[in-house]
Amino acid sequence: MTEQANTQDLLSIEDLSIVYEVDGETTYAVNGLNITLKRGETLGLIGETGAGKTTTALGIMGLVPNPPGRVVSGKVVFDGEDLLQMPKEKMRGVRGNRISMIFQDPMTSLNPVMTVGEQIAEVILIHEGVSKKASFQKAGEMLEMVGIPAVRAGDFPHQFSGGMKQRVVIAIALACNPDLLIADEPTTALDVTIQAQVLDLMKDLKSRYNTAMILITHDLGVVAQVCDKVAIMYAGEVVESGDIRDVYENTKHPYTRGLFGSIPDLDHSVGRLNPIKGMMPDPTDPPSGCKFHPRCPDATATCAASEPAPVLTETGHVARCLMLQSMVEPTDVNRVQG
Amino acid sequence: MSDTILEVRDLKKYFPTPKGTLHAVDGVNFAINKGKTLGIVGESGCGKSTTGRVILRLLEATDGDILFEGQNIRHFNKDQMRRLREDMQIIFQDPFASLNPRMTASEIIGEPLLIHNKVKNKQELTERVAELMELVGLSPRLVNTYPHELDGGRRQRIGIARALALKPKFIICDEPVSALDVSIQAQILNLMQDLQEQLGLTYIFITHDLSVVKHFSDEIAVMYLGQLIEKAPARDLFSNPTHPYTRALLSAIPSIHLDHKMEREVLQGEITSPINPAPGCRFAPRCKYAAPECTSREIHLNEINDGHFVACAMAGKG
Repeated sequence: MTEQANTQDLLSIEDLSIVYEVDGETTYAVNGLNITLKRGETLGLIGETGAGKTTTALGIMGLVPNPPGRVVSGKVVFDGEDLLQMPKEKMRGVRGNRISMIFQDPMTSLNPVMTVGEQIAEVILIHEGVSKKASFQKAGEMLEMVGIPAVRAGDFPHQFSGGMKQRVVIAIALACNPDLLIADEPTTALDVTIQAQVLDLMKDLKSRYNTAMILITHDLGVVAQVCDKVAIMYAGEVVESGDIRDVYENTKHPYTRGLFGSIPDLDHSVGRLNPIKGMMPDPTDPPSGCKFHPRCPDATATCAASEPAPVLTETGHVARCLMLQSMVEPTDVNRVQG
Repeated sequence: MSDTILEVRDLKKYFPTPKGTLHAVDGVNFAINKGKTLGIVGESGCGKSTTGRVILRLLEATDGDILFEGQNIRHFNKDQMRRLREDMQIIFQDPFASLNPRMTASEIIGEPLLIHNKVKNKQELTERVAELMELVGLSPRLVNTYPHELDGGRRQRIGIARALALKPKFIICDEPVSALDVSIQAQILNLMQDLQEQLGLTYIFITHDLSVVKHFSDEIAVMYLGQLIEKAPARDLFSNPTHPYTRALLSAIPSIHLDHKMEREVLQGEITSPINPAPGCRFAPRCKYAAPECTSREIHLNEINDGHFVACAMAGKG
């Protein structure tokens, strides 16, 4: 688990565990998570409510609220340095500058009493040490880049529609030309036609600036259209991950299969959907063994007893399932993890 | 036409605003047969939820007719409406906001039975609630739980049980699964489908999720700025979308198939204002096929194929 990170990796998360402790009760939000990402790559992080997607993002950004949150173990190696060991001062220079984040709800992540121009200029002013005038100049350029006329820099957030607000948020996130962009459900609050516009914009900007991106979403379709790699999270763990085509076409983990069975397919009509039975486990009291076993159609007695280790599938991606473990040797899976 | 359960004719709902009249629903016509599902799709602000509320008279229509089993209910008095509510129910989007936080699951489900004097005594009430909970797949041990103790899927099951309490014939489902995770969403959709078969229910299914609506509906109506712009049998709408807005809407759905790169019709700009709309086609300002005739006259739904209606001046002109 602790082997040297591949030097080409921009981001390498190793064995990250995060808990929240409230009133003596421990919520296991992220459990031994491994993810790697190269420059310019886009990773889709898929999971349902409570899977630990957002906590993972906050963990990378060093923004897990403490208390009640606590990073128990692991490393977040970004461009060769472990962010978890980095002094606060230095981390502040990374956050918003080399790593930035887009939050789900553009209505609440913008300051309602500042003009959008000021909000974009603020980031540039803080991180790039330029003059106020130059920062406003750049803010105007950023607005144009996301498709909003620069003359609107003096407008307040409430004067924009939802899709335009999300464009403003993207402009703020990209203002310092970050190496890594973490987008947490960036289009979930938007209508489909506006979502299509915003996704196109993000894809275009990402390829233009070679920005690596982690796209957090519950939407398998959005990931299919935007990402190169995918990681499926369940109960704080990555249960299946790898190259998007491999994971989507050679799905191995029963949870991933369940997700695909739950969404109506536009191209093939089915009479009934094939959902996953039951609910997400209580994160304060996770099940023993494989965390998915109480809901798994293929579970056997072994699944309740021992925890599955990540194994490499025949086609070359990683899945955490005891049913696969018997078939494949768990060798060197860390290298392809993520 | 004898098995038509609901028909709306030229339904209108205007709201006065300081800036002018907001045309939320503007001349909508459709009919639904018993036991069928009509999906109404559209983006935020297209008037789909308002349409649902006007049909149930939770909002009063500005103009038009609402015929339920042949009777125009628009002019029903309070007493008649109260009786009608037994037949027409609604399931709301947000199971977090639509359930009273101070009532237990059994109180919420049993309340309609008490209001409508459907039970004689406490024992009968307990039995009916237990039946309803079983019907929607809620465990009997949850009778005394409060909404905040339950997850979204279970809360939505309570909302469904409450809607079913009076044995309605017709239910308006306003984004019933939009707030739920996909695995839970599929469970609820299957439940609603089973209930429809079991109880012979008729649904209006209001949603912005096109893949869900295709899966669930017999017919689909697409709304844009208060008007129906296309209506067709579900499969027909997806295989042969005709209105430029429908085409853009369908092509914007991110497909889970990696090689499925649909020819995208990316829409320019955003939805225009529903306040004092200009005459003619409301979509014309964003439509790349728009011609002078689109804005010179009102565009009405026109049957282009068996059961496939479209409101576009350019339809059929290549």
